[in-house]
Formats: sequence, C-alpha cells, structure tokens
Amino acid sequence: MSMEVLLKEFAEISEHPHRQIQAFKAEGKKVVGVLPYYAPEELVYAAGMVPMGIWGSNKKTISMAKEYCATFYCTIAQLALEMLLDGTLDDLDGLITPTICDTLRPMSQNFRVAMKDKLPCIFLAHPQQRKPAFGLQFTMDQYQHVKGELEKISGNTITDEALRTAIKVYNRNRAARREFVKLAGEHPDVISAVSRSAVLRSAYFMIKDDHTAKLEALNAELKALPHCDWKGKKIVTSGIICDNPKLLQIFDDNKIAIAADDVAHESRMIRVDAAETGDPMMALAQQFADQDYDVLLYDENSMQNRRADFVVKMVKDSGAQGLVLFMQQFCDPEEMEYPYFKKALDAAGIPHIKLGVDQQMRDFGQASTAIQAFADVL
Amino acid sequence: MAKEVSPGVLALRKVVEDVYADARVAKKEGKLVGWSSSKFPCELAEAFGLNVMYPENQAAGIAANRDGEIMCKAAEELGYDNDICGYARISLAYAAGKRASRKFDPETLEYVINPASGRPLKDADGKVVIDPETGKPKKDPKTMQPYTVLDDIYEIEALPETTEKEIAYKNFRREAIKPYRQMRMPQPDFVLCCNNICNCMTKWYENIARMCNVPLIMIDIPYNNTVEVHDSNVAYVRGQFDLAIKQLEELTGKKFDEEKFNEACKNANRTASAWLRVCDYLQYKPAPYSGFDLFNHMADVVTARGRVQAAEAFELLEKDLAEAVKVGKTTTPFPEKYRVMFEGIPCWPKLPNLFKPLKEHGVNVTAVVYAPAFGFVYNNMDEMVRAYYKAPNSVCIEQGVSWREGICKDNKVDGVLVHYNRSCKPWSGYMAEMQRRFTEDLGIPCAGFDGDQADPRNFNEAQYETRVQGLVEAMEANAENKEG
Repeated sequence: MSMEVLLKEFAEISEHPHRQIQAFKAEGKKVVGVLPYYAPEELVYAAGMVPMGIWGSNKKTISMAKEYCATFYCTIAQLALEMLLDGTLDDLDGLITPTICDTLRPMSQNFRVAMKDKLPCIFLAHPQQRKPAFGLQFTMDQYQHVKGELEKISGNTITDEALRTAIKVYNRNRAARREFVKLAGEHPDVISAVSRSAVLRSAYFMIKDDHTAKLEALNAELKALPHCDWKGKKIVTSGIICDNPKLLQIFDDNKIAIAADDVAHESRMIRVDAAETGDPMMALAQQFADQDYDVLLYDENSMQNRRADFVVKMVKDSGAQGLVLFMQQFCDPEEMEYPYFKKALDAAGIPHIKLGVDQQMRDFGQASTAIQAFADVL
Repeated sequence: MAKEVSPGVLALRKVVEDVYADARVAKKEGKLVGWSSSKFPCELAEAFGLNVMYPENQAAGIAANRDGEIMCKAAEELGYDNDICGYARISLAYAAGKRASRKFDPETLEYVINPASGRPLKDADGKVVIDPETGKPKKDPKTMQPYTVLDDIYEIEALPETTEKEIAYKNFRREAIKPYRQMRMPQPDFVLCCNNICNCMTKWYENIARMCNVPLIMIDIPYNNTVEVHDSNVAYVRGQFDLAIKQLEELTGKKFDEEKFNEACKNANRTASAWLRVCDYLQYKPAPYSGFDLFNHMADVVTARGRVQAAEAFELLEKDLAEAVKVGKTTTPFPEKYRVMFEGIPCWPKLPNLFKPLKEHGVNVTAVVYAPAFGFVYNNMDEMVRAYYKAPNSVCIEQGVSWREGICKDNKVDGVLVHYNRSCKPWSGYMAEMQRRFTEDLGIPCAGFDGDQADPRNFNEAQYETRVQGLVEAMEANAENKEG
C-alpha cells in the first residue's frame, strides 16, 4: 500500500471513532471504553474484546454533562461524559475509569452514577508509590479487579497465555509507534503535523494488530526515503493532548514540524513496555512502576527537576529549536509543573510558548498568531 | 461590647498559637521544622517529637487575614496558573520566600498608612463619629493599617549590612513582614505529604521539596470506590507507614519511639472524640453556636490533634457548650429561624460576606462536613490506616452522601448551601449529583454558589446573596407545606 493510501486510512479512522465501534460490533466483538490514563488495555485485549480510547472529542459541545460538572473541569473528562450521555457511546459494553488526577477522581463517580443500569464501569485507582514492593502489589490487586470485571463482561477467562500474547501485541505496537514518532520527526516533508496526529490517534480506535500492521508498512516506506533537508522549523510538543487537525494545520501552514513529543495522548503512553516473560500481571504492574517523567505521577526524587530535564534532553536530541506547550485548561498537574518546566527550558536556552487549549476551542485565530510569532523567533 | 469568648474557645486559640510559637522557637534553636498536609498521619511525626506546620491551615489564615490575593498573585508571577488551588498558590508563594509586608518609607523607616484602612471611630455611646468637613465617618486611627506590599525574605537576607543605615533598613524590612503567625511560619526542613484529600497535594509538595531543597515523605492514598476500605488498600498504606517511619528515622537520626507514638495516638483519638462531641452540639435546637465557629476550631484538629492540650481544650469547650445548652445561651448573634448544612470549605477571605445574608435571614449553619471528616478514631494501626483512608475527597459518592445526610438528619437541617469551590476540583466534582440526592432523600432544598477558599477574586457576592435568598424562599415554602 502506498504511503498516501495508508495515511488516508489512518486519517479516516482517526476522524471516525464511532464508525469503528459500529464495525467492531457488527463483527460481534465487544468494545470497552478506556479513559485516560495508564489503564492496562492489554487486559481488554486478552479478554477478547476491543479497547476503545476515550480522550474527549474535538467535535462535541458540553451540554448534558453540565448536569454533573461545574465549569472548571477539564474538557476531556467532561466531553467523555457528554458522549456517554448523548448516546454516542451507547454501543460500548464497558468502561474503565482510572482516577489519577483530581478531575478523574470525582468523575469516576459521575460516570458510574450516570451509567447506572446502562454500562458497567470498572474503577481503577493507580498507586503513586508505584515502585516499592507494596506499590507493585497494589497495582496488581487493582489490575486483578479490572481483570475480574472484564471477564464478567466478556464471559471469557483471561488466561496468562492470552495476557502474554496481548503484552507482545502491545509491545510491538508501542515499538511501531515510537519508531513512527522518530521517523515522522525526520521526514516532516511527507508526514505533516496533521497526519502525524492522525496516525497516533487512530491507535486508540483500532485493534492493535491491525494498527501495527499498517504502521509497520508506513514506517518501512518512511525508512526507505532519502534524508529530508527540512527548510522549516522543528519543535517538540508537550501537554496532555493536541489532536485537533485545525490547530495542527497551523503548524503545517507555518512549516513547523514536530520533531518529538512529550504529550500524554501520544508518546507518554508508549514509552514503557511490559516484560513478555514471567507473571504477566506482575509484568503490567512493573510496566506502570517504570513509567516516569510524567506530570501525573509522583516522583520519588522530587527535589530534582527530573521531568523537565528529561524533556529538555528530548528537545536537544531531536534537533528541535523550541517547544510548544499545549496547556490543557483546568489541568492541575500540567499547571503545577509549569514553573519548573519553564525554568529548565529557559536555563537550556530553549524558547517555548504556552498555548491554552481545550477541546471546545473552535476558533484558532489567537493560537495561529502566537504560533506564527513563535516560528519567527526560532 | 466585645463578644464574650468562652474558656474553651480561648484554650483552643492558645493551642494553635503554641504550635506556631513552638515551631518558631525550634527553628531558632536549629531543630528541624516540617510542613505537613492536614490529613497526613501526624502521629508518625509526633513519635519523633518533630515540630510540624500545616500549610493548609496557614493558607486559610492568610486568606482570612485578607492577604490571599497578594500571595495568589505572587504565585502567578512565579508561573503557577490562577486555576490552581488557592491554598497551593499561597503556600507555594510562601515557600518561595514571598511575604505580605507593610509598606514603609526607606528613609524615615516609618510605615505608610493606607487612608482607606481602619474602622469608623465611635464615641462613648458607641455611635459613629462623623467628620464635619467631609460628612463621612471618621476613622479610628488605632485601627488604620499601612499599605500591604509584597516582599521576599531571600531578597531581604541578601541585602548588605555594613553601615548602620543598612542594618537598620534590613532589620526594619524584616520586621515589616506582617506580624500574624501564619505570615511568620518557619521555612521547612522536610515535608510530609498525604494525598488523601487531593492529588494536587502531591504536586504541591513536590514543588515545595524542589523549591526548598528538602526531603519529601509521601503517603499516597488512592481514591476509593467503595464504602469499605479493602485489605489490599490497607496493606498498601501500611507499607507506606513503615517506609515513612524509616525515612523519619533517617531524617532525625532517632529511632521510632513507640511510647511517644502510642501517646500521640491516644491524644489524637481523644481530640477526635471530643471534636465529634463538640460538633454534635449543633444538634440542639437552637444550636448553642454557629457552624462557622467550627471552621475556626478546625485549626486545632489540623495542627494539634496529637497534642494532649488540643484534647483538653475541646473537652473544655464541650463543658462550655453543655452549660450554654443548660441555660439556653447561644453564640449565634441572631435568632435561629432556619438551619442549613454548609457544604465545602468556607471562602476564608469573605467570611463576613458569607455570614451577612445568613444573619439577615436567620439562617444558622448547624452542619459542616468537617465534623465527620476529621473524626479520626481508631484502636490499632490497621484501623488508623482505614481512618486516614476516609478523607472528604478520597471516598466514593455513597460514603460522601451518607456522611452528609447523617449530619443533615442529626443536626436537623432545613436546607443545604453548596460552595462550588474553584480551588477544589475533587470536592466540587460530584456535588451536583450529591445535591440531587439530598433533595431526593431528605426532601430539603439545596442552593449552590461559586466561590473560592482562598482567592477572593473568585467569589461573587451578588450571586451568593441571590442564592441564599432562593434557598430561604425554598425552605420557607417547604416549612409551609409541612404545616399543611
């Protein structure tokens, strides 16, 4: 398949998650919604069901969710609830609700209450002290609960063998996505910011074997390309999510390529693999314990500025000239880490801009001006 | 006439004063002083005889002293977004060395008085004295204050001190920092974080640790979806208690003192029990005091629940209340017509504004969620874990509703006033559903208003007054319906 066809397919899927759910259902598959962050999708796969990532929507407007939420909550969570209430996600067979931030904590209750008698909601509380033995045990206990609930929905027992297979499938997909992120950074002439996002976003709406197959084909095409002599600028993106094609188009219009990312919805979720041997539940718990450099996670070495230093290194290694931070409105963890993030970027001489975003943004005029001005100083 | 203050209330005030004073002395003597989140198991620090300060209590105090805005703005200058919790912003600005100070003339070293400050001057009969020239009330010069300005202790310390003039200036600038205890809290040598209240706490304390280059001891309490605290959750937190003890041993160079720990547990239990009994006095009709008073006494449960003096002070207050009930006295300065539960943390900078329409309509606050929220009572370590697992924002909606409906029934409330607190996402996040349940289960009206626990910019007085008015009308209609 040509690169053009592959990119078109990713874009189609990325823009039509609902169509994907309908197709899975038509094939007789069960579909489980997975909210951010760090839910072990491998368990859903191992239960023979399809995990569907739910990271809000760029097309919906908050209306029914207002019955549950005050205005000062992240739109990702609010729009997820909106889609559960307005029927968009009626075909789901279950929903996993992690609770690692202060919005997701009470929202887990709102999801459960709003979906009472309609959709089983599987609660998940990750530990912040995830590395010591007691933390690993707690993650395993939590995952064991998730596993049990998924088994009830699917009617299948999740065997260790099935879970090991799932881990392999997911590791391979993560590897393909990491490879793609690198290749996209090297070939911005053929992978626009809009296409890059669609490829990564579509992973949330596809069975991972299919996504991997297409992505490995795309990666092979990209690898075969000659070195790209990019005349535009290169940046690193950071934040929770930046998947709005209209917003990303501004980057393409201004010849600003994304060399790498520190975005939760993109690379933060695919940095760490799980062990393919040994106890697979322990492997998943260890995978979570190994997650690092994330504003959402507790850092045992909090006296240092490790996460910011990590991103600074990423910017330098990627050859980017600056960083664009998509500050998700009402996101405490991102906001709390900003001052020290800025400090590290400034100290390293890396220019950056902070763009306030939320998923109900429809007018990108201001963002466009800011991005253009930023490109000029890079 | 000055408001009569009972011996119990005076004792409670002294306990908190002493906590702050002891920490200042400890710091001067070169001893370790820590900062702790309010629902960190204080018993662990008490076992090491450590002096611990509480930034949440401090932030509330700073906000109540009207310095919330200047400190919040200082944090925003440091890059902290104005959507972040007001307590966290105040605390982070403070940790960075920022202080609310009094403006002075650097040449004369005299304070520059703000003409807009101060209370009206009253004559011997208590009447306001009018200035014949302006036709406006005269100000009582004793109550007039200098302008408030922002200062920075690290900037002050970096000032030269060679000449006499330089020394005098530096000393004056040090002294110009506002003299109330929350603005004179020592900087931390270590921090103790328990995120049972919110995850913002985790990042807040990580930031302090980084800013002040001090160790952080963390107790993580993941959110709970069931009323019961499962053994798995208990084991996880127990593991952390053991780790925290090890870290405190390393920090202090001392061994864990089991005797001191048991003593602290005994005191904490005794304080919590007395606190709960004091809260229960709000069940009387009319209540012998207002729930707003409870907000003030929270300082003791937060900063000193492991101290015997806190237990004794609450027991003394209990006696005062028993006497008040016996003789039919109340500290509520108006006849109680309606009784409501106040949901959430109060808007500390706007307490008088919160109180005003309640007073006008005879609405007494006779239930606050803090009553059960701080009633940590336990008999052993596992129960202690379970107790700390149940903070207001770490419990599921069923537990949250049950706590509140319990006190609404026991304290016989006619309505609920819900604070949608911009500073507290975990707290406000399921209030809409809770409101529906209160009305459905208890048949009482609820009204919500927008505010903030520490940042006065997020409170809209006109909206608040309208909502209180609406609640009163609904309670009135409810009462009429009941009468038939």
